[in-house]
Amino acid sequence: MKKMRQNKKTEGDDMADISAPAAPSAPDAIPKKSLDLLPLALPLVIGLAAWLLIGSTTTWLTLTLAALAMGMMVFVIASGLTLVFGLMDVINFGHGAFIAIGAYLAMTVLAPLSGWVQADNLALNLAALLIAAVVAMIGTGALGLVFERIIIRPVYGQHLKQILITMGGLIVAEQLLHAIFGGDQKSMALPAGLRGAIIIGDLALEKYRLLAVAVGLAVFAAMQLTLNRSRIGLLIRAGVENSEMVEALGYRIRRLFVGVFVAGSALAGLGGVLWALYRETFTASIGGDVMVLVFIVIIIGGLGSVGGCFLGAILVAMMANYTAFLVPKVALASSILLMVAILMWRPQGLYPVAKR
Amino acid sequence: MADRIPAEPLLRLEGVHTHIGQYHILQGVEFDVPEGGITMLLGRNGAGKTTALRTIMGLWQPSRGSVTFEGRAIGGLTTPEIALSGIAYVPETMAVFSDLTVEENMILAARSGPLDRKRLDWIFSFFPAMQKFWHSPAGVLSGGQKQMLAISRAIIEPRRLILIDEPTKGLAPAIIEGMIGAFEALKRETTILLVEQNFRFAASLGDTVAVMDDGRIVHRGTMTALSADEALQTRLLGLSLDAHQ
Amino acid sequence: MIGKLLSYDPPKSRVLGVVLAIIVLGLALAPFLFPGAAAINTAAKICIFIVLVASYDILIGYTGIVSFAQTMFFGIGGYGVGLSLYFLGPTWPVLALGIVIALILGVALAFVIGLVSLRVKAIFFAMITLAVASAFLILATQLSELTGGEDGRTFRVPELLRPGTKLLEAPLFGLEITGRIAAYYLVFLAALALFLVALRLVNSCFGRVLQAIRENESRAEALGYRVVYYRTLASCLSAALAVCAGVLSAIWLRYTGPETTLSFAIMLDVLLMVVIGGMGTLYGAVIGASLFILAQNYLQKLMGVASAATEGFPLLPRLLHPDRWLLLLGVLFVLSVYFFPTGIVGRLTQRARK
Repeated sequence: MKKMRQNKKTEGDDMADISAPAAPSAPDAIPKKSLDLLPLALPLVIGLAAWLLIGSTTTWLTLTLAALAMGMMVFVIASGLTLVFGLMDVINFGHGAFIAIGAYLAMTVLAPLSGWVQADNLALNLAALLIAAVVAMIGTGALGLVFERIIIRPVYGQHLKQILITMGGLIVAEQLLHAIFGGDQKSMALPAGLRGAIIIGDLALEKYRLLAVAVGLAVFAAMQLTLNRSRIGLLIRAGVENSEMVEALGYRIRRLFVGVFVAGSALAGLGGVLWALYRETFTASIGGDVMVLVFIVIIIGGLGSVGGCFLGAILVAMMANYTAFLVPKVALASSILLMVAILMWRPQGLYPVAKR
Repeated sequence: MADRIPAEPLLRLEGVHTHIGQYHILQGVEFDVPEGGITMLLGRNGAGKTTALRTIMGLWQPSRGSVTFEGRAIGGLTTPEIALSGIAYVPETMAVFSDLTVEENMILAARSGPLDRKRLDWIFSFFPAMQKFWHSPAGVLSGGQKQMLAISRAIIEPRRLILIDEPTKGLAPAIIEGMIGAFEALKRETTILLVEQNFRFAASLGDTVAVMDDGRIVHRGTMTALSADEALQTRLLGLSLDAHQ
Repeated sequence: MIGKLLSYDPPKSRVLGVVLAIIVLGLALAPFLFPGAAAINTAAKICIFIVLVASYDILIGYTGIVSFAQTMFFGIGGYGVGLSLYFLGPTWPVLALGIVIALILGVALAFVIGLVSLRVKAIFFAMITLAVASAFLILATQLSELTGGEDGRTFRVPELLRPGTKLLEAPLFGLEITGRIAAYYLVFLAALALFLVALRLVNSCFGRVLQAIRENESRAEALGYRVVYYRTLASCLSAALAVCAGVLSAIWLRYTGPETTLSFAIMLDVLLMVVIGGMGTLYGAVIGASLFILAQNYLQKLMGVASAATEGFPLLPRLLHPDRWLLLLGVLFVLSVYFFPTGIVGRLTQRARK
């Protein structure tokens, strides 16, 4: 035994020999993470099937753009929720409140900027929207901080209470919005430069949908960069898998979680602005309608997975838009069928997150 | 061996009780980890060894008693605070972040800054596989390699005390031999508290020893003394350890 | 006798017992004590919601899983009976047929939802039921040829239960005994029977296993109970009970529509009732439903007065506007989850134990 130990030490000193018997069971090839590409084929299959059923390429393209725009908006809203769940096992049923608050804040900001909104100048239009979006995000982010502190923190680790409390938070937030802004339906007009469509041949691409797709892709890219290239991102991914070990390495996971919660709330606020502009009218219950889609999306994607959430959002939006055209009466039911089918195939969602 | 034990131990547990839910796991644990060398914490399955390590790390809060590290009470501190005070932890489950690469695992473990190249080469000298699989996700590593990664993570920066929970569990003998070399080198620069079931492994490495049973410490002394006394071994550790050899 | 009826699970506090007795007596004699259409409507609504809230409590309180589809089953009951009577004529066999169809549909749906979601994670169940329930609501409004869409369906009930039917020649204690009174007593007695069945259920072996699972899932599993099986069964039974509540609601209102049976607002009401009344005790359903519905009807009037009285203060009149009554109840709900997670009944029982 002692001899073997000596052997090992001399071997270890010799740095050149890296295939030492320390890992005799390891295969020679360096293993790479097997990329799970199968779910990525789903949107292609659904898209192709829809194209065959619809029979008109321009209609199909219009519908697909609508689906992508809707998918991106749902993704922006859902991404924060799924990360918060992954990191701390907290599901916030009150997430929809931030959507509504974002919409109301944007409306409040855009009112005095109506000159910019109506100007025949795309730069001014976008600047007004940018200001509204930033204010909405700051506002919802700050409220997220408060919400986390008073609503979520006392009920960590208790799913039943979490669901109830966050639902109660949603009721109170919606009622407060009604009390402050009045209970009537609000409207928020699209800026002049974003109305209408770009016409290419007989194909009409609505400008606002293109903007929504661009914003969604930007958010997705920024999230992927953060998660894969920054220390904070690594910590979030590590925390989603095993938050206890992240703490044992000396990081305060609570701070990380509060940060993610605030970012998720701000994104819901942004999503609320996008969604309200898309629908052009809204009430305080705007969140409720989207949240149903959001829940379906994060379940389909796999709770905690940002990539799965992105894919799930696109899938749900495609189903919704194609069926709305083909069999309008069952639009939302189609998302449920999609969800059930995917859960039959993968009970944890498309990209289940590895948990300890 | 006794002359190496300084007056003030590095870590001291006094009358520590830990409850998990309604279960009373630790029932007045008392032992010291002297500065330097390896202290072995032995005992049957379910004796409370893992709970003891988790209590030191703050992953369970002790309901009574005190945990003192470098003369400072750490009993009520949070896990990150305890980690920042200089204790590293290698859990029984290894807890490597399987979605992250080996490199990313190490980056997170090196919390005070970028990875130190020299230190890394030193680690690669025990665990060459870490270099080989540097860019692979930790999830694809074999069990032994995950264990090496978990240990590498704990030593990527110098820490005052390293808690290691059953590093040999389920590993092939050849890998265990390699690990012994690493621990030999490691104990020259830091202090290790090692939970073990494999008595032969423990005997070949340990300096001091504490034996647990039913949530209490039933024996404390030097490893040499325990190794020499087979009757004592049988009485303290019973057949369960033999079975592991 | 009473002990057996209550499945040997009587109210464990004297105050609670007295309050319950008052409620039951009040409901039993409501047509005589509180004359007028509004009062009898309120009483019938309380009876119906006691059953609905009790059915929900079997899930949330006894099984520890949260569903947002309870109103979907409520609606299935309402639509099952309503549409049968509407299309096939107002006879008793049709009513029975409607009940059977609704029960089969409701239980089958609950079974499928449970199968898909309960084997993964209890939190899935909450989200999936929310999604399914809203899809069902939209489906019910979209299929307007069948369901009447947003407007719902008004239908006729069997002759005995119609308001125009006179059952007694002379008034009894000054009350004209019409089909409306018969319908009320049908609702009251059915609700009472369903409540006692639910009480029997939660005090059976099955109910005890559910509570064991709620307390410690892994231990129950280790003892050999198949958790998924019990949870799915609980959600099916709870669905069946909610379907029955829906049937009663349809019989009473002679109308079924998305707003009155399926809407998410009702789901929230039920949630508030069960939490404020007390989770994990069916008597909480009685207290919660009675209190909530009385508050719904009378709190708004009070708030109107308060709102007018605070005219001139900033924001206050708006916060106290009668339409904002849900705000007060929402705050009450959050506070009670924090501070009185066992609700009113839990508090009373604790006090009695001391």
